[in-house]
Amino acid sequence: MTTETLALPVRMPRLAGARDRVVPVAVILLVALVAWYALAIWLNAPQIQDQALRDNRTLTFSELAQASWAMERPVLPAPHQIAENFYETVFATPIDSRRSLVYHAGVTVSATLLGFLMGSLLGIALAIGIVHLRVLDRSLLPWVIASQTIPILAIAPMIVVVLGNIGLDGVLPKAIISMYLCFFPVTIGMVKGLRSPDPLQLDLMRTYSASQAQLFAKLRWPSSVDFLFASLKVAIATSLIGAIVGELPTGAQAGLGARLLSGSYYGQTVQIWSALVMAALVGVVLVFAVEAVERLARAQRGGR
Amino acid sequence: MMGKGGSHWFLALAPLVMVLGLLAPGGWMDSALGFALALIGVIAAALLIARPKYGEHVLGLIALGCGGVAVLVALARQDAPGLEAPGIWIFLAGWVLLLWGRLVALARLDAGRLVALIAPGLFGVALLYLWQVFVVGFGVPQVLLPAPSQVGHVLGTRMDVLWPDFLQTAKAVLAGFVAGCAWGFVVAVLADRIPFLKRGLLPLCGLISAVPIVGIAPIMVMWFGFDWQSKAAVVVVVTFFPMLVNTLAGLAAADAMARDLMHSYAASYFQTLVKLRLPTALPFIFNALKINSTLALIAAIVAEFFGSPILGLGFRISAEVARLNVDVVWAAIAIAALCGSMFYGAIAAMERVCTFWHPSYRS
Repeated sequence: MTTETLALPVRMPRLAGARDRVVPVAVILLVALVAWYALAIWLNAPQIQDQALRDNRTLTFSELAQASWAMERPVLPAPHQIAENFYETVFATPIDSRRSLVYHAGVTVSATLLGFLMGSLLGIALAIGIVHLRVLDRSLLPWVIASQTIPILAIAPMIVVVLGNIGLDGVLPKAIISMYLCFFPVTIGMVKGLRSPDPLQLDLMRTYSASQAQLFAKLRWPSSVDFLFASLKVAIATSLIGAIVGELPTGAQAGLGARLLSGSYYGQTVQIWSALVMAALVGVVLVFAVEAVERLARAQRGGR
Repeated sequence: MMGKGGSHWFLALAPLVMVLGLLAPGGWMDSALGFALALIGVIAAALLIARPKYGEHVLGLIALGCGGVAVLVALARQDAPGLEAPGIWIFLAGWVLLLWGRLVALARLDAGRLVALIAPGLFGVALLYLWQVFVVGFGVPQVLLPAPSQVGHVLGTRMDVLWPDFLQTAKAVLAGFVAGCAWGFVVAVLADRIPFLKRGLLPLCGLISAVPIVGIAPIMVMWFGFDWQSKAAVVVVVTFFPMLVNTLAGLAAADAMARDLMHSYAASYFQTLVKLRLPTALPFIFNALKINSTLALIAAIVAEFFGSPILGLGFRISAEVARLNVDVVWAAIAIAALCGSMFYGAIAAMERVCTFWHPSYRS
């Protein structure tokens, strides 16, 4: 199997013109918002109407709409309800409180970052080994690929329980799941990147009688940086998923995953949705952070 | 990489360490069979130093096989000796050196696809074997890590429970996968036709790729109930976006020359789509199918953590973890891994057939 045939997400093509981008996005978001409100009426109305029937009242449409956008446990909460809950749990609650969403996000992010760090280092180390040792290329690389066809997340509850049994709990078990998820894109991307210098450049280094270490430091590593950041962006997003799922099955007390789970136990849909919004935000911020580092690294290399 | 001279030195190291292991206390004498096998392994490993012209790999296999079984036989006579039988572990270290040497030799072979599978196959079997030896040798509690043999035993005896689980999850995965990929494809073709939609959707898709979508699982369970439909719904959402993004990129991949040619043939939009742009997009679409095959399985299993009827691989995993029946959990994971790989393999095989013209498949 060659790295060319591997499944890796494609890069989004850049679209020109800020205004050309903003208008369509805004329109689609607006359409989505309207559709959401409509969907909320459609999904929540049956409950409201049942209640009205029991009270022997008939509701006008506007009454029905208003009631279905203000339910305590709606099937689908209206966006402003989510926003309200989000504001309350993020800004109106002290950060160290268990009810604060920032606190839960912090717990998840710490596991995400630790796992991302370990996974990236492991991924880079594996890639360096695979590029330099033919044995690893032949016998390890197929397993690195196969490891991703395994639904790794299925192991998550077990890793957490097993590590809990030997007295390891807190951030580390979740970080290990994140690590397992995010080493793969880094390995594959870096194998590609470290092999990206073309034969002419490699030959040139040989005519300089460069050692393997020099070849690595002066040619292979610099030319792999673009690949590294492309895979790091994928890796940090999967790392977040790993951390959240790691919090699910273990009755964890804190973290966005725990928030989702307790929300689903008690039917607190608004809580689930605001945790989801937080998770989405955290994901976007993390990817942007990696992008910012990438821009810094590029600027340092002369903006190539 | 190892030079030719260094490799001789390396080949000699393995039998040497193995002999050291036999001399150290390791309970070898308890079992005549184990000792005999270990001797055969050492002799075969020693013969390999000469680099025989014929039968090198058969000899290597004999050395690895006999040495490996010898350790298992020796361990079977004792009750988790751990470090009290250092001989066994020294012998095993020699065995690993031998394995490395064999893998190096196999990697040097330049032969067909079938031979290319032998090295990773050997590597995988060796990993399983080392796992077994360490768990048995150090008496690792079953709750922490069951031996592969225990997992195999569960797979053999508890299939009546695990098979319905598998069917339940497979139903959700397949239904969601087909629906999600189909929707992603249709929306991508539409968005490609209507540039406004494309310009609005692409940046949003970029954002969504950073969002942990599996989080919608509890909501889907609330909406569609505990049965497989809710899992399929999660799978639909998870597989939709990779398909959309990849198909869009694929539809943009046809180069300008080819498009101009179609234009000069006065081809209609649909003719260009069917005869040029979709075939060019196929590698991208298969890329999405491959990504989605693993995503779908993960999504279905995670969704089952949030509530399911008393069936499903995800349900089995979370239920048996709670009861500390870790061997059943590993068996469920083994099944999931096996069908995940087969799913992926089937798509990869289909890709070879459909995109035989692509440069990455030309020899």
